[in-house]
Amino acid sequence: MTSYVPLSLTDLSIAAALVLLNGAISFAYRLRLEKSLALASLRMIVQLAAVALVLRFIFQQVSPLWTIGFAAVMATGALAEIIMRQQYRLKAWVPLLLSASPAFLSGLATTLLALAVIQPSPWYAPRFLLPILGMLAGNTLSGVALVLDTLTSTAERERAIIEARLALGATRLEAFQDILRQAMRTGLMPVLNSMAAAGIVALPGMMTGQILAGIDPVEAAKYQILIMFLIAGATAIAVLTSGLVIVHFITDDRHRLRLDFLVKSKS
Amino acid sequence: MLRIDQLKTAPLPPLTFTVGDGECLIVEGPSGSGKTRLLRAIADLDLASGHVFLNGAERNEMTGPQWRKKVRYLSAEPQWWTETPQGAFALNEDKAAQDRIARLLTSLGLAPALLDKPVASLSTGERQRLALVRSIADEPAVLLLDEPVSALDIPTAALVSELLRFQLLAGRTLIITAHNDNPVSRLGHARLQLAPITGMPARRALASMAVSPPSAPPRSQGGT
Repeated sequence: MTSYVPLSLTDLSIAAALVLLNGAISFAYRLRLEKSLALASLRMIVQLAAVALVLRFIFQQVSPLWTIGFAAVMATGALAEIIMRQQYRLKAWVPLLLSASPAFLSGLATTLLALAVIQPSPWYAPRFLLPILGMLAGNTLSGVALVLDTLTSTAERERAIIEARLALGATRLEAFQDILRQAMRTGLMPVLNSMAAAGIVALPGMMTGQILAGIDPVEAAKYQILIMFLIAGATAIAVLTSGLVIVHFITDDRHRLRLDFLVKSKS
Repeated sequence: MLRIDQLKTAPLPPLTFTVGDGECLIVEGPSGSGKTRLLRAIADLDLASGHVFLNGAERNEMTGPQWRKKVRYLSAEPQWWTETPQGAFALNEDKAAQDRIARLLTSLGLAPALLDKPVASLSTGERQRLALVRSIADEPAVLLLDEPVSALDIPTAALVSELLRFQLLAGRTLIITAHNDNPVSRLGHARLQLAPITGMPARRALASMAVSPPSAPPRSQGGT
């Protein structure tokens, strides 16, 4: 039942006219977004075209090495993104990477679980592994970035409270328990929202894509449900782990609060 | 007995002194001279070199939380992280502890019912006294009190002073930062005078803790 309709360049250029309209509005109302808009549009075209070519190549190869290589590039991108989103980040590189890495590691672990369920052949078939990993890591990334940012900025703001609790003999985990809880809630909120809204407010991207590609909507929904559960699980694990790791690294083994381990980002 | 050995924390020079059980040391000095720093360093809340011993045991022999259960620092700005004070008095499930807290509150002129009022509705003075009770309720051996009566009027400060005198009689060790003119400073068996930071950074601190009548406390002026 492949009723897939390929897009022509003409189709794309009609859509591009809308971006020009956007630019015209920006110009007319002096929003001064024309330049950013042009740059963002160009970037999107180049990035998507490049990734499409790379993916086409990797999908043809079906080699574990190429798959791992691409996954490694994704991991690097995810870590860089998390680090850039922090208002306060750890000064030392190793702790910084350790605090961000649960995003990718839990995404990877859950992807392997998904592959065990779907059982593509071979198991490392990039056509399955890479998109699933991308979706999972994209979500865990937001969760982890939110947890780290919430936790460090709250620690900066509520330094006096944390130290009052430490002074009363609390361990670092006890002193941070309310803050950790709050940060984890913040980190899980986007996933909960997207699960609750899926299908009513927004049709999830993957399901839309599959439907457009001619897949039966019920089959597409099954895939989407699987992915949503995986995302929820992966994000929960990532959020908890990175929360614990960051608490560990902004305190020391004498259970002192060490905000001097953090540096404020310039932006 | 609390023994401080070559404790060094910026901006202070290395300090060595001893405060015995039932003794009170008053730390004086202009603001910025490092009074709070000193107390925080003793409580192991800030990084500091040197050694601190409680009854012969070096603090690194125990974990930070274990040390701070015994050597209790109370900040000049009490903190509350729950809606009512009750929630911040953690780990006090047993009846005996609750009775002790009620007695402590009463001795400071506070009704135990205050524990269930919203923290935001309490006055600064009430919060300061509640925080003091929270800090001494589990009976730590050493109390490091930073300006414990700064928000209190003289009669209420006298109540605090009386409570602290009983703590001394019970054999606890006190180090208090306070100004000359308030009742708490009269508890001192000895004084540690910290010099202003500007100009002369180095000075020698009090070395001995000879117990003398509170009315005539020994003055240890910074040298060098």
